[in-house]
Amino acid sequence: MRDKIFKKLLVGCCILVLLVCAGMIYSLVSGSLSAFNQYGFFHFIGSSEWDPHPDRETYGALSFIVGTLLTSFLALIFCIPFSLPVALFTGSYFRGKKIATFISSIIDLLAGIPSIVYGLWGFYTFRPIIIDLGLNSQGFGILTSSIILAIMIIPYASSLSGEFISMVPNELKEAAYSLGGTRLDVIRTVTLPNAGSGIFASYILALGRALGETMAVTMLIGNTNNLPRSLVDTGNTMASIIANQFGEADGLKLSSLIAIGLLLFGITAVINLIAKFIMKKFN
Amino acid sequence: MSSLRYRTIKDKIFFYCVCGLSSLTVIPLFAIIWELIRKGYKQINWSFFTETAPSTLDAMLARGTGDIIPGGIANGILGTLLMVAIASVIAIPVGIMVGIHLSEHPKTKFSNATRFITDLIQGSPSIVIGIIAYAWVVKPLGGYSAFAGSVSLAIMMIPLIVRSTEETLKMLPGSLKEAGLALGSSYTNVILRVLLPSAFGGLFTGILLAVSRVMGETAPLMLTALGSTAINWNVMEPTSAVPLLIWEFYNDPNLIDMIWSSSLFLLILVLSLNLIAKHIAKKWKIQ
Amino acid sequence: MEQEHIQISNPILQLKDVSISYSPGKNAVKNVSADIARNKITAIMGPSGCGKSTLLRAINRMHELYPDIKIMGEILLDGKNILKMNPMEVRRMAGMVFQRPNPFPTMSIFDNVVAGYKLNGISLGKSEKEEIVERCLTNVGLWNEVKDSLFKKGTFLSGGQQQRLCIARALALKPDVLLMDEPTSALDPIATNRIEELLLDLKNEFSIVIVTHNMSQAARISDYSMFMYLGELVEYDTTQTMFTNPKDKRTNEYLSGQFG
Repeated sequence: MRDKIFKKLLVGCCILVLLVCAGMIYSLVSGSLSAFNQYGFFHFIGSSEWDPHPDRETYGALSFIVGTLLTSFLALIFCIPFSLPVALFTGSYFRGKKIATFISSIIDLLAGIPSIVYGLWGFYTFRPIIIDLGLNSQGFGILTSSIILAIMIIPYASSLSGEFISMVPNELKEAAYSLGGTRLDVIRTVTLPNAGSGIFASYILALGRALGETMAVTMLIGNTNNLPRSLVDTGNTMASIIANQFGEADGLKLSSLIAIGLLLFGITAVINLIAKFIMKKFN
Repeated sequence: MSSLRYRTIKDKIFFYCVCGLSSLTVIPLFAIIWELIRKGYKQINWSFFTETAPSTLDAMLARGTGDIIPGGIANGILGTLLMVAIASVIAIPVGIMVGIHLSEHPKTKFSNATRFITDLIQGSPSIVIGIIAYAWVVKPLGGYSAFAGSVSLAIMMIPLIVRSTEETLKMLPGSLKEAGLALGSSYTNVILRVLLPSAFGGLFTGILLAVSRVMGETAPLMLTALGSTAINWNVMEPTSAVPLLIWEFYNDPNLIDMIWSSSLFLLILVLSLNLIAKHIAKKWKIQ
Repeated sequence: MEQEHIQISNPILQLKDVSISYSPGKNAVKNVSADIARNKITAIMGPSGCGKSTLLRAINRMHELYPDIKIMGEILLDGKNILKMNPMEVRRMAGMVFQRPNPFPTMSIFDNVVAGYKLNGISLGKSEKEEIVERCLTNVGLWNEVKDSLFKKGTFLSGGQQQRLCIARALALKPDVLLMDEPTSALDPIATNRIEELLLDLKNEFSIVIVTHNMSQAARISDYSMFMYLGELVEYDTTQTMFTNPKDKRTNEYLSGQFG
């Protein structure tokens, strides 16, 4: 009797989680409906106009979609030259050694730093460098935020890909060494190709992280609602426009912001699913 | 032979590049900690923990005379603790129950669907979760509240706890459950009295990591708890949190000095939870 | 303890007082000295843990992948001390075949055969590659079986075919000596038989050292046999002599199946 209730409780909690997710999707969709009805789904996505002036209110998500994709992909590109060496360091060169554990636990801590602290650090320490370099007179923009984002996603990219690299069987590496390869040759021809799809999946997961990052980007991107014209231009991401304008929004604007939230949810979900799918095939 | 020497040199250069870039990667952590300590230690004193956030005017006066800004972040600390506590009360039982179900029935369609959905929620951006909690709690109840903030944090914590519970329970030997059942105790008792206690270290680690993860969250709280200048125990009222205070200080030129001490406090809190969790995980795995 | 082993004229490999330790003071191989004959098959036998694999792997300098392993003495390959040479060069000259077939799973059969060249940074023309692949696969008797599926992954082959592919991969670099570490222990009897026939063919072109825990295999294919026990080289003679008239009591006990 008790067992039956207990088992029902377990299933009930699972159903609760499923309901939470269904409810999330329902709330996002129903909240965005009035924006989509007003402008049309594709027009909303394709328009870069964001004008909250009461008489000629129009909202479009294109600038923010572009801003999000630009910052995230740029962050991914910036993070590779650091996360790949870290992955090779911990998963290949010093696999199982104390120094590898040390480095990877330090880098894991990077993932624990709150987004807002990264934002502050970027604002006060990193932004002046951008100004000194003359890249942007205020130091804000796509480039500034992607560099900070890159630091934020390094731990996600490096720890997982390091694990995939360390999973490459020893016997394959021995075979490669026995044919006369140097460590670099073995990494290039055996280790990386064998861990390849796993490494790829880790980077996609890291990209998913970057897409949804809010605070640090909000503090660094410059918060302008136009389509960014260059990498040093200011802009807004989907997350940062919501963070900036949600509080004072109502009516169509609120609905448009929720619609942007729905789009962001959809994009990250797809990215994460792709990564999970690749990893499943890999294992 | 010359090509062999060339390859050996190339191999060495690559190795040193890997080492060099790896050590560069640890710099940001220390740079951030150093910056926060350097700029923030002055502000940390007794009143930092006991008083509420100062008003712009007080801060301006203090700056004028070159004094330390009066006041503290007590309202933020209490708000954070309150919201994380309520979120934990919601998320821990649900997360552990779901984790138990997934490890007990790893391959059913229902479990796969649950796992898939858990991943989906875990991957959602925190700002989107903020919108959800706004739509579910703030709008129906007609106002921002600590409870709304807790709901958003709980949604973020559940997937983390589900995952760690499932992973931990999977690591326990199957014989443990069989031994319990063989002794004639009921299924419920075996799970609650045998499996969960044996998995305690792993579960605790997962919970601590989840707490440290949501403690630093700002974005969802901006849409739900809003912030408040006073200490507030009523969960149905707007409430502050440490990250929200940092955001307020950041936006107020007179209060700039306060951001460093509050950030330092938040960072120490989050990172030490993180380290404690990992320490327990290490010890627990050895047993 | 010191005893005279068989004398080999014009040896391909000379082991001089070789000792190998995994941790200080504990030698897995103790003062082994032996000359190994050209274009012959030399088998190293002994119970598990006797150091036979460790010794074989040292000739390829595989031990260097594990920094705890220390080696003393000299190993001469064609008169040159390989422990003083660049390890990459040594490994090209001494081909190695492992216990379990390990073709590279990301490469096709074709690319597996020429993997040694790729790993050594040598770029070959298409026709050169094709020539090498055909010659080596023919050498190991695999050409007719796989010539239509050269660009499929090597991992789809049977265990015995995979192992022959690995031998072809080692042969492609034209090594002076072919080192084999229990190459048939993971294979069924039919596949084992094919590899043994192959080795008898290959000794016309290559010098082969094979570690085996299978006495009858040593008796079937080898010209010379070593017997190792607890890290020592107990006896080294022609296979004929060793199996018919072992000099050492321990060899006799091993060959009559009393241990190992």
